[in-house]
Amino acid sequence: MKIRRRTFLGIAGLSALAVAEQKILGRVAGQGRNEASPRATGSQTARWAMVIDLRACLEKEGCTDCIAACHKVHNVPDFRNAAHEVKWTWKEPFERAFPGQKSRYAGQALQGGPVLVLCNHCDKPPCVRVCPTKATWKRADGIVMMDWHRCIGCRYCIAACPYGSRSFNWLDPRPQIRDLKADFPTRSKGVVEKCNFCEERLAAGKPPACVEACPERALVFGDLEDPASRVRELLRSRYAIRRKPELGTEPEIYYLV
Amino acid sequence: MRDRGLILGGLALFLGLITFPLWYNLAAGTTAKGPDPKRPVQEKNCVEPVAVMRASHMDLLVDWRDQVVRRSEREFTAFDGRTYSMNLTQTCMKCHTSKEEFCDRCHNYAGVKPYCWDCHIDPKLLERTKG
Amino acid sequence: MFLFEKAVVGSRRYWSWIGILLALILAGFLFYLRQLHYGLGITGLSRDVTWGLYIAQFTFLVGVAASAVMVVLPYYLHDHKAFGKITILGEFLAICAVTMCMLFVLVDMGQPMRVLNVLIYPTLNSIMFWDMVSLAGYLLLNAIIALVTLRAELKDMPPPEWIKPVIVVSIPWAVSIHTVTAFLYSGLPGRSFWLSALLAPRFLASAFSSGPALLILLTLAMRRLGKFDPGPQAIQKVSLIVTYAMIINVFFLLMELFTVFYSRIPEHMEHFDFLFAGSGGQTMLVPWMWASVLLAAASLVLLIVPRYRKNEKILAVTCGMVFLSIWIDKGLGLIVGGFVPSPLGAITRYVPTLPEMFITLAIWGVGFLMVTVFYKITLAVRESMEALGARWS
Repeated sequence: MKIRRRTFLGIAGLSALAVAEQKILGRVAGQGRNEASPRATGSQTARWAMVIDLRACLEKEGCTDCIAACHKVHNVPDFRNAAHEVKWTWKEPFERAFPGQKSRYAGQALQGGPVLVLCNHCDKPPCVRVCPTKATWKRADGIVMMDWHRCIGCRYCIAACPYGSRSFNWLDPRPQIRDLKADFPTRSKGVVEKCNFCEERLAAGKPPACVEACPERALVFGDLEDPASRVRELLRSRYAIRRKPELGTEPEIYYLV
Repeated sequence: MRDRGLILGGLALFLGLITFPLWYNLAAGTTAKGPDPKRPVQEKNCVEPVAVMRASHMDLLVDWRDQVVRRSEREFTAFDGRTYSMNLTQTCMKCHTSKEEFCDRCHNYAGVKPYCWDCHIDPKLLERTKG
Repeated sequence: MFLFEKAVVGSRRYWSWIGILLALILAGFLFYLRQLHYGLGITGLSRDVTWGLYIAQFTFLVGVAASAVMVVLPYYLHDHKAFGKITILGEFLAICAVTMCMLFVLVDMGQPMRVLNVLIYPTLNSIMFWDMVSLAGYLLLNAIIALVTLRAELKDMPPPEWIKPVIVVSIPWAVSIHTVTAFLYSGLPGRSFWLSALLAPRFLASAFSSGPALLILLTLAMRRLGKFDPGPQAIQKVSLIVTYAMIINVFFLLMELFTVFYSRIPEHMEHFDFLFAGSGGQTMLVPWMWASVLLAAASLVLLIVPRYRKNEKILAVTCGMVFLSIWIDKGLGLIVGGFVPSPLGAITRYVPTLPEMFITLAIWGVGFLMVTVFYKITLAVRESMEALGARWS
């Protein structure tokens, strides 16, 4: 919204001139001030990704700490109705998360077991390709972001996502949020939402809420561009799979098996 | 002038209709007095001069919104050199503590309904509903 | 406004028909206000079946709109005189169908007041953007063509020369609207039901049978109600188009079925399984889909045998069957079938709710109202021309 910004600064400049304050004049001259400041979100070259250790995740049976933490910090509503359900992260049986890996005998330890799923923050996200308003887009650091101010609720992105990672607000979500948190917005009815990789926490230098909440440390978050990062080390030393890699979406959530 | 009755009657009806808002306000006892938003006591300066804020706070907020959401820029340098986090509920509402006494008073007067609060949460209201 | 005075004079029967349509529209509008306030949760849609009746009607009606090309092309490009009287009906039908399409997209939106964001932030990589461009362009083209040619007819003059290139452009444009609409679906990596290069050709074939079938029904109705003369050959010629398009449509469907079921790739088969046999205990579409198949098969017989096709009474029934068969296929099965099973294998029940059906009916009501008014105007123009001709001779 370059024009809006310029209009605003224009008005700001004119009013300031009217006040005729020397100091203000100086500020008006320095219009590009925000562009000059260093980025809040780490380095520009980061490529965020997550590695999930499936066995470690299965350690504590029935654990949903990560899901609870995520849904709490992001004011995710609980509709108690599968049709209108909104979820950012949840567990799916292994063969549903990995339909290509369904087998009667192979990988028996994992078959049927729960797998944590969330937005894959794909490198080539089909949801971004189809969005008619750029309400969803891929950031330089790989996070597939959403602008809930801009979403028109056409749900094309939901049709395009091969992982079922996106939810639509069929009704006003606010009354269904049990413990409202003031420092993160809720959503309005009629927009799509999904996991944002905790970009608001990353900006404050904190890890994603699910990663922090996991008692088994089964979720590892990090920068793929940094060869020394934990995620890179794990991907080097262990065998990892991704969901539906054959579709070419390049998911950036890796599962250690 | 056979139609005099119709013409004059029509004119009277027309005048009555277009001046209806005036009569309505008189009857309802609405005054011409402007809104009186409650200003912060301890803080004298906003992030832009008061005149600018009064005229174009909405553009500033839209700009902040786009900076944070779409460009991952979170810091705003004010006209007096101070820096702020571009955050409606944490920065604006820190001084303008009451949505009802500040935002709503003008918005109600002007008859505008910004949709900020469909999603963003008035911290004070939250405290009250929780406590 | 242009010739609208001709639409406000009519018989008692005309006005009661208009009254019924207006009542239907009002009822649907009230339900829409409710939906606007309450949210799309008022529909039968859900997290897994996110598009339903609205988008399916949209898809079906893009086909009806595109099918105008089946009378426009022979008439203007090949000077096929038989279509002289009904070409304008096809163009008006296209205008009504595109308007309905736009309304169906609008009622499906979660944030309809933000719909202009599509123009404010034009996104060239989104097929939805191109669909909007092609539909809006098609509406404009047909509005210009229909108005200019009808006005020329009223003045008993040939239409102006400059309209010829506009008409020529409208022909590939008609094909484009349904092709781009197919691209909405056929380019999505995780939806194997739609992920087929045959989707656009299938869309066109089904459009070119269902649209002209509707045109035949409307022409027959007009001849009966308004003494409209379509000319001696028009209906038979259009019925030939319906016949060939329907044959191609069924042929394409069989090709799709071969690839899916001979390859036996589960994720391609399971959508057809759901539609035609039901899965996970959900069989709500099974009777509909088989009805569509039977209607298609029966209508093929009635179309191909010349004796039946040439009998206008039978032909009317056949056209109704073609229309219904394709409406079920595209207006129910195509969209829901693409979402069930979900990419995670979930089988979800989708049944449109009462408000959803009323809103849908209201938009059909708008379409029928527009068709009625446009056809009424056309009829009035023709009648005044004939009266004029009678006086001169």
